[in-house]
Amino acid sequence: MNTVERLVYMANQIAVNLATDDDPVTAIANHIDLFWDPRMKKLIREYQGDGLSPDATAAINLLAETQNAA
Amino acid sequence: MTYQPQEDFGTPQSRALETVRLTIDGREVTVAAGSSVLRAAAEQGTSIPKLCATDSMKSFGSCRLCLVEIEGRKGTPASCTTPVEPGMIVRTQTPLLQKLRKGVMELYISDHPLDCLTCAANGDCELQDQAGAVGLRDVRYDVASTHLEQEKDHSNPYFDFDPSKCIACSRCIRACDEVQGTLALTMEGRGWDSKISAGFASDNFLGSECVSCGACVQACPTATLIEKKVVEVGTPERAVVTTCAYCGVGCTFRAEMRGEQLVRMVPYKDGKANRGHSCVKGRFAWGYAQHQDRVLKPMIRASINDPWREVEWDEAFAYTASELKRISEKYGKHALGGITSSRCTNEETFLVQKLVRAGFGNNNVDTCARVCHSPTGYGLKTTFGTSAGTQDFDSVEDSDVILIIGANPTDGHPVFASRMKRRLRGQDGRPPAKLIVIDPRRTDIVRSPHIEAEHHLPLRPGTNVAVLTAMAHVIVTEGLADEEFIRERCDWDEYSHWAEFVSLPRNSPENLQPVTLVDAQELRAAARLYATGGNGAIYYGLGVTEHSQGSSTVMAIANLAMATGNIGRRGVGVNPLRGQNNVQGACDMGSFPHELSGYRHISDGDARAMFEVDWGVSLDPEPGLRIPNMLDAAVDGVFKALYVQGEDILHSDPNTKHVSAGLAAMECVIVHDLFLNETANYAHIFLPGSTFLEKNGTFTNAERRIQPVRKVMTPMNGLEDWEVTQRLAQAIGLDWNYSHPSEIMDEIARLTPTFAGVSFDRLDEVGSLQWPVTADAPDGSPIMHVDGFVRGKGKFVVTDYVPTDEKTGPRFPLLLTTGRILSHYNVGAQTRRTENVVWHPEDLLEIHPVDAEDRGIKSGDWVKLASRAGETTLRATVTDRVAPGVVYTTFHHAVTQANVVTTDYSDWATNCPEYKVTAVQISASNGPTDWQEEYEALSEKARRIATQAPAE
Repeated sequence: MNTVERLVYMANQIAVNLATDDDPVTAIANHIDLFWDPRMKKLIREYQGDGLSPDATAAINLLAETQNAA
Repeated sequence: MTYQPQEDFGTPQSRALETVRLTIDGREVTVAAGSSVLRAAAEQGTSIPKLCATDSMKSFGSCRLCLVEIEGRKGTPASCTTPVEPGMIVRTQTPLLQKLRKGVMELYISDHPLDCLTCAANGDCELQDQAGAVGLRDVRYDVASTHLEQEKDHSNPYFDFDPSKCIACSRCIRACDEVQGTLALTMEGRGWDSKISAGFASDNFLGSECVSCGACVQACPTATLIEKKVVEVGTPERAVVTTCAYCGVGCTFRAEMRGEQLVRMVPYKDGKANRGHSCVKGRFAWGYAQHQDRVLKPMIRASINDPWREVEWDEAFAYTASELKRISEKYGKHALGGITSSRCTNEETFLVQKLVRAGFGNNNVDTCARVCHSPTGYGLKTTFGTSAGTQDFDSVEDSDVILIIGANPTDGHPVFASRMKRRLRGQDGRPPAKLIVIDPRRTDIVRSPHIEAEHHLPLRPGTNVAVLTAMAHVIVTEGLADEEFIRERCDWDEYSHWAEFVSLPRNSPENLQPVTLVDAQELRAAARLYATGGNGAIYYGLGVTEHSQGSSTVMAIANLAMATGNIGRRGVGVNPLRGQNNVQGACDMGSFPHELSGYRHISDGDARAMFEVDWGVSLDPEPGLRIPNMLDAAVDGVFKALYVQGEDILHSDPNTKHVSAGLAAMECVIVHDLFLNETANYAHIFLPGSTFLEKNGTFTNAERRIQPVRKVMTPMNGLEDWEVTQRLAQAIGLDWNYSHPSEIMDEIARLTPTFAGVSFDRLDEVGSLQWPVTADAPDGSPIMHVDGFVRGKGKFVVTDYVPTDEKTGPRFPLLLTTGRILSHYNVGAQTRRTENVVWHPEDLLEIHPVDAEDRGIKSGDWVKLASRAGETTLRATVTDRVAPGVVYTTFHHAVTQANVVTTDYSDWATNCPEYKVTAVQISASNGPTDWQEEYEALSEKARRIATQAPAE
């Protein structure tokens, strides 16, 4: 697994573990924001390939929006 | 101060709160009800002669030396077995008593060698002292028919047994029974033939069940059981109280010294973590501190293919600073990072993270807790509001049900295990606590002398969450939840949501049995016992955290404790058993890349501002890289320099090949350690470290107890570790001027609300403090969440079981789980350099008889252990301690490198590696793998040190 593949794997893993949260997309986005370093966040935001689960994709989009807004 | 033995009150302290007033030798004394007359006298300062009594064990009444006269009573009762009564009038010295004692002592001495002057215990022998105390002047008996001249047993590497000097007081036997709980010793024969025996008469100490904890040596009033070091060196001349540097129990010891030479480490009776007990590591395995392998001079090299070159400290710091500067300028400041050590002091750890945040200008700092208890941090912070265990160790004395999950305390935390076992055997006339063990292996505590777990749930590795959810299902659906507690202390809506989830039929024990392999009826019974058996305490270890759902399991544990109201008082709680001595401290000190000391997130502007003002720098508000992320970034070519203090990530971290690829991709790896460890094979700069005997500071144990570590000898390498970090910081331009670690602690206290009341002066005064130490709790906090949770309302978190992606299949049909053994510590860097290798010279693979037979493997055979990540070889031992389909090994030996086999899978929330589940295959083997051979060649090459040209 290269770094980007690992980040995709990690994002999906976070998503599946937070699936039972009231608002999973926000919870995933928060988790990534709190624990990933800027380069990891950048790599996942820029990731164009497939393999990300729908919740993970939505969370990363949400993260990108909030970071662009900030 | 000159040497004084620890005070001995003869019999244990009474737990009673009521007091009794009596008169001893004309002086009035008030003592706790239930005390013995012997103890009452000792508390008053009167020393009644005694031999078989000591305050670490129950009175025995066999030596007939502590006789007293009591007004209104006939005869001369033994004061050790006579409880005090109100108004009692006791005389400890009368002509009759003097005559009786002298007669008793004469009999003892008639059967004891009179070689006091050349005896190793000369000057430190209770028999000698008491002979003096009773005024014995001559021995009238014929000494022909005695038990002198017997053969000594030298088999234990740390202490000798000389039966000729034994007075058959049974203190060693009782220490083994009552204090340690191993019951290895017994009395063989009768009368003149009485002899202490380790197991069968044919056993010696080494071959017996003895775990070498030292309790018997400590208890022996003569030279019968004595440390080999005392035989070699002589008795100590001073004692310094300090804290053990092994596991997270954090035992207090007296380092007993002669000059700067350590003679012995003796457990300190007033130590609040250990209460006078010890294990083989802390008590005896400190020889590594002076081992010839220690590197004492800094070394540098341009490439890892070059031999090392020894340099002076000044050159080492200047070179390191220039390399860090070069890399920062070339690749940017985010290319630098550091790893703090859970083996170093709070002060040293704090400085390393400060160096990274304030000096390197980023938050790329992590600690080895990443690979052990980071899920504890995440899970307990989320549910309770603070990243720490809820109890002190004393709390176990009031537990009624003890639930152990994913922990093997008799090996990993032996001194606490002994305290736990005391409670499990029943003490003070109270019925014993009941035990539930959830573990894939039948660990020693499941069934040991006088202890049998009520329920052992041998689950399939990786199904912790499913088992705990099934237990929650039983508790909620059978109406066993403590709703009053939940309504008062927790968020009711969150509870309702969680209760609804766990009640789903899919979470029933019956439905999950095919997944967990745990018998549903047994699980139901265990859940009922935990919920209804009185005070329920959960103790857990790395078998919980080191999984892809480690954080979820911690939260599932917290859910169970809250649902049953088992939080906020003595006897209950959620207790992570920490691996290394200062895991708790390293986490507290802000070693994680996302948080500052005291668990405040780096994005918290107010917290950051405190540090920015104090340190005069601006801090990066974004989290930094965690260890596995650092390695990924290194392989990507963007992370280039790493300062590693006191850790051996190449040995301890998973998927060794990935770690070595990451290290090899860096341009400046700085290893700060005692030894050229495995990580140093890839290092460019080696800074020699100092041992816990050579520095001042504090460690924080698993019960949040901050304890002093005191310097008893000059650092062999010249500098304490905090001084090395400070010199490095100064070399890169930071204006640091600490003159003593106490000043670092003052800074920690200033910047960390939970440490507000901590200082070295305060610690000297009270011995230790459990954080939080605040204005509200100036003496610390033994139990947390007493009147409510730190976060306000306790939070129930739904933890859905998500199976790990590491799956067995036709190629890798077995599950490997890893752990540790009593005689070794972590990667073994310390314990492998002691005589402890006698007990465990190599890592062994435990395999069930069925799996072994399928593969034609016998105990002692070499086997190849292969996973998707790599393969290694080691020898097998066939045992039914592991279930069919499960194999187990330890990771203490570099030649085995069990982590070549472990994978990159990790906890979803924290990236804590999944050490406990690896799909493997085992096959017969006739030698080391290619990797092992290549690695050995690399190590040999990487450890070369250039010889200096001789001076002309």
